[in-house]
Amino acid sequence: MAETTLNGFGAKAERQNGGLRSVAEDWSSDQRAFKSASWGKAMMWIFLLSDTFVFSCFLIAYMTVRMSTVEPWPNASEVFALHIGGSDVPLILIAIMTFVLISSSGTMAIGVNYAYRRNRRMTVVMLVLTALLGATFVGMQAFEWTKLITEGVRPWGNPWGAPQFGSTFFMITGFHGTHVTFGVIFLFIVAFKVWRGDYDRGQRGFFTSRPGDYEHVEIMGLYWHFVDLVWVFIFAFFYLW
Amino acid sequence: MASHAEETHHEYSQTAIATHAEGQHHPIRVYLIVWFWLFVLSACSYLVDYIGLQGYLRWGLILTFMMLKAGLIVAVFMHMVWERLALAYAILLPPLAVLVFVAIMAIESDYTALTRLTSFVNGG
Repeated sequence: MAETTLNGFGAKAERQNGGLRSVAEDWSSDQRAFKSASWGKAMMWIFLLSDTFVFSCFLIAYMTVRMSTVEPWPNASEVFALHIGGSDVPLILIAIMTFVLISSSGTMAIGVNYAYRRNRRMTVVMLVLTALLGATFVGMQAFEWTKLITEGVRPWGNPWGAPQFGSTFFMITGFHGTHVTFGVIFLFIVAFKVWRGDYDRGQRGFFTSRPGDYEHVEIMGLYWHFVDLVWVFIFAFFYLW
Repeated sequence: MASHAEETHHEYSQTAIATHAEGQHHPIRVYLIVWFWLFVLSACSYLVDYIGLQGYLRWGLILTFMMLKAGLIVAVFMHMVWERLALAYAILLPPLAVLVFVAIMAIESDYTALTRLTSFVNGG
């Protein structure tokens, strides 16, 4: 009953065969365009859309300098190789970082699921696990940066070829790493709030003073999955291309 | 004070119902399956580099695995398949404009590379 009133048009049942007509109806309807998403969730999506453009600009800038330089581009496969057991394994650290970040996305998704089941204990476990995996990722990135810097990579040059390699590498991975870092901080905050029961009592947040709700865990999840999503593109375009 | 707290609670009970109705309830198995496929696809894209494929095959495979991974994350982990089309279109269509930007900058950098090659022939 609550669902029908909230969605206005009995929206959820209509969705399957809605098509473009349902889009037009939603957008021209009274009060809210996004019937299935609260404003908090919709605003997170819109923020992520703007963030998509930011990362797109970085990747396009990288494409532009890489296509227009007349010097050879350093071979990422060799640059990011690690010496393990007497031989160079190409890109191995980046591959491990990818798996760590994907795993953190998996635990996050399960954490959101437990949050909607009101299972506080498992939600906290999953959120903390996600945060720890995220911190591991940042740690490995710090190792990667240290290794490259000691090898002489600078934003204005490197020993292997086109100087733009350094500037795009530090810019793109640095901006992504910052996103991960902030994600880890907020994951701990959300985990603490779940543990304390803020979302059961509807306690107001210290910053936005919005009443607490388990949906905040899902909104946190949207941000975290986005960070993973951006890494998919960085992995493909910067490391593998 | 106590009555005030109760009042506040009452005021927001509608929100609570709303989020309950909007909350995403799916079996955990769905997430585990997607997780598994993300691992497989990541391993595949790593193998592209490990085996050392080159040319169009390499780029094609990288892009294919990338789009599949991105699709799985957005659709299932971010619950986009369960959202209404009004939201999906509002969020997923605008990034297509980026492709136009990519095309413009690709043409531009081709031109830059060409002028560099012709001008720097004798050491600039």
